[in-house]
Amino acid sequence: MNLDRYPLAGLYDELLTPQGRARPGLERMLTTLQELSYQELAACRSDAEQAIATMGITFTVYSEAGNIDRQWPYDVIPRPILHSEWKQVERGLVQRLTALNLFIGDVYNDQRIIRDQVVPAQLLHTSKNFRKECQGMKPAQGVWAHICGTDLVRGSDGVMYVLEDNLRVPSGVSYMLENRRLTKLAFPELFENYSVRRLGGYAIHLFETLNSISPRPLDYPEIVVLTPGIYNSAYFEHSFLARQLGAELVEGTDLVVGDDDCVYMKTIAGLAPVDVVYRRIDDLFLDPEVFRNDSVLGVPGIMRAWRNGKVGLANAPGAGVADDKLVYTYVPDMIRYYLDEDPLLPNVPSYRCDDDQQRRHVLANLDKLVLKPANESGGYGIVIGPQASRATLAQVAQRIKADPRGYIAQLPVNLSTVPTLCDGRIEPRHVDLRPFVLQGDDSYVTAGGLTRVALTPGSLIVNSSQGGGSKDTWVIAGGRN
Amino acid sequence: MLSRVAEQLYWFGRHIERAENSARLVAVNANLMLDLPRPFQRIWANVIDISGSNDLFYPSYGKADEDCVLQFMLSDETNPSSMLCCVRMARDNARSSREILPPEAWETINELYLYVRDNAVLGTDPGERLGYLQRVIRYCQQVTGMLFGSMGHGSAYSFKRIGRNLERADMSTRIIDVGCVNLLPGGDDSATAYAELLWLNILNSLGSYQIYRQHVKVRPYGEDVVEFLFKYVDAPRSVLHCLEEIRTCLLRLPGNEAPLQTLELARNRVKAADIAQLLEQDNLHGFIDEVQLGLGNIHAQVERVWFRY
Repeated sequence: MNLDRYPLAGLYDELLTPQGRARPGLERMLTTLQELSYQELAACRSDAEQAIATMGITFTVYSEAGNIDRQWPYDVIPRPILHSEWKQVERGLVQRLTALNLFIGDVYNDQRIIRDQVVPAQLLHTSKNFRKECQGMKPAQGVWAHICGTDLVRGSDGVMYVLEDNLRVPSGVSYMLENRRLTKLAFPELFENYSVRRLGGYAIHLFETLNSISPRPLDYPEIVVLTPGIYNSAYFEHSFLARQLGAELVEGTDLVVGDDDCVYMKTIAGLAPVDVVYRRIDDLFLDPEVFRNDSVLGVPGIMRAWRNGKVGLANAPGAGVADDKLVYTYVPDMIRYYLDEDPLLPNVPSYRCDDDQQRRHVLANLDKLVLKPANESGGYGIVIGPQASRATLAQVAQRIKADPRGYIAQLPVNLSTVPTLCDGRIEPRHVDLRPFVLQGDDSYVTAGGLTRVALTPGSLIVNSSQGGGSKDTWVIAGGRN
Repeated sequence: MLSRVAEQLYWFGRHIERAENSARLVAVNANLMLDLPRPFQRIWANVIDISGSNDLFYPSYGKADEDCVLQFMLSDETNPSSMLCCVRMARDNARSSREILPPEAWETINELYLYVRDNAVLGTDPGERLGYLQRVIRYCQQVTGMLFGSMGHGSAYSFKRIGRNLERADMSTRIIDVGCVNLLPGGDDSATAYAELLWLNILNSLGSYQIYRQHVKVRPYGEDVVEFLFKYVDAPRSVLHCLEEIRTCLLRLPGNEAPLQTLELARNRVKAADIAQLLEQDNLHGFIDEVQLGLGNIHAQVERVWFRY
């Protein structure tokens, strides 16, 4: 395909330089794309779509009542990253998660970071995700967030920024793995020239991470994946991970907590003990005895079991306190405070609306900023100033004034682009990247991650619930031969 | 294994079997119509009788003609036993137990569902119908074969197999029951002229004609067919065969005393039945009721012991 008319003005493209040449190390990828006709690429795409339908790779959009399986949107052209760059990113991600885990453990125990006035006490008192029920807990390995799905974006300056840390129940890793399977199936010729770092080890590392928090030192701990059920948007992933781990996929009603505070699952041979629960339901639904008493998804007594050290929970309840976007603005300070290191990955420049001076700046510049609710996820509630109507900006100004703690503002990042197969030609589309980081007695970062792509021209919204698609991500270790 | 998953697999077995049975029943009867010298609409009413759906069918369709029955049996979303609904429920069951099924089996089930859903219109087209139904039957058998060949033959497989065989035994008794009402002395006059053809049709509905010929040799008629369908243990759709299969599965499961006892009652009843005498005394229907009750009891025991304790 001819990429001569591929528009690059004002963009940072992951494959092409502003002059339209391949970035160093990616020459053969560009050549392969140039050598294939549109028909050939479209055939790859149709093979992939067929496989997605057959393999049943689906996700759910809550606004579509009755349709619980929309097909997973996937683009056949991978997003490349050089291994040399990725090594730096990996170190930055581990550094960040290490600091975040120290922070979570600190805020539920001694609160040194507050006494030392690195973060204000106010921050916790007003956090929606601070769980007083977790105070005094010291989980195994000192780790609260065992599985983290950090969102990274590259700006037009070429710098990779952290957009947010997802420490509650981040999803997407199954799609990352399936995307690789699809690319191998649909577009094998692209692999001929490159040595791409493999993704297959994720399940083994996840298993070991979960194993490391088992309260009983066994060779074969009983690990279960706790799902809200088939109507949850990420059910496909829950089932996928259970299969990959060789774990039971349980729903709340499958588990009971005995008088001995141990967790059991209901099997055909009676009750069987459970050591570790990889829970994919939100804190507030986890235990109706402690949190929302109307929850039918949870397990009554599971908090009691966890507090008494009878079961490992991943991620630990309360870990979401660090998912607060206002807390996010303090992460670089945390890294310096706990680790005495400089942050390797920068935050997107951000403003705190609960700070009078910063809020005045934000309110005066709404049309130049991105406004984010502090405690939402999945892209909900975000207002992109430069694209928003006046009415929307007026509304968000009202909301910020009414609840300054509930918002942060960020400079807009003009996300980098990757060539994407569109109708009849290849065009640039904006992407982000969600690598997955594991922390137990050891740390692990996936080679690459899930690249999400905004399929609408010019759009910066990559969420699959809002018309985004996805790509395989290649960490390229070098050429073949 | 989890009780909830065991239950899903049990129902998976039942739903796939039921879908295959619906396809088979429609295919065989549509085929039979072509062999009859004049239209014999009673055949379509029989199909509704066999599926036990009179209460659901007549209020919305009124009369049992070919178009109505085909739609009801194959693609009616309001009929939980329609082929489409069964395949969809089987897929939902599989979705809830995907971590146990071999990946290729899930993919085949998914393909089956998409095929049935996207091609429902073929079922109403006389030129396409048989090909469509045959493909569905083949898909169902492919799934059964894949599970046999690549799923662990532990408890999970046992539950699936119990579900399949209970459903199958239930279907066989229904087909015999309806067949006998029409074909045995006292049946509809217009039927007796074609009695042999209709007995053959019953065997075909259960895919058992060839085995019957090999085993019984004589041409298919009345008592021999009934005896064969209840008691010939080597015929995969005979009631006794299904009960033996269920017994094999139950023996492998923990805490099986009560379900096994219930099974033995039904199995002994079938083994000891004197079919000739039952027919002579015009009491076959009562016997079939007993057997169906026995199957219902096995279901209840399985549910009580392993799923809902």
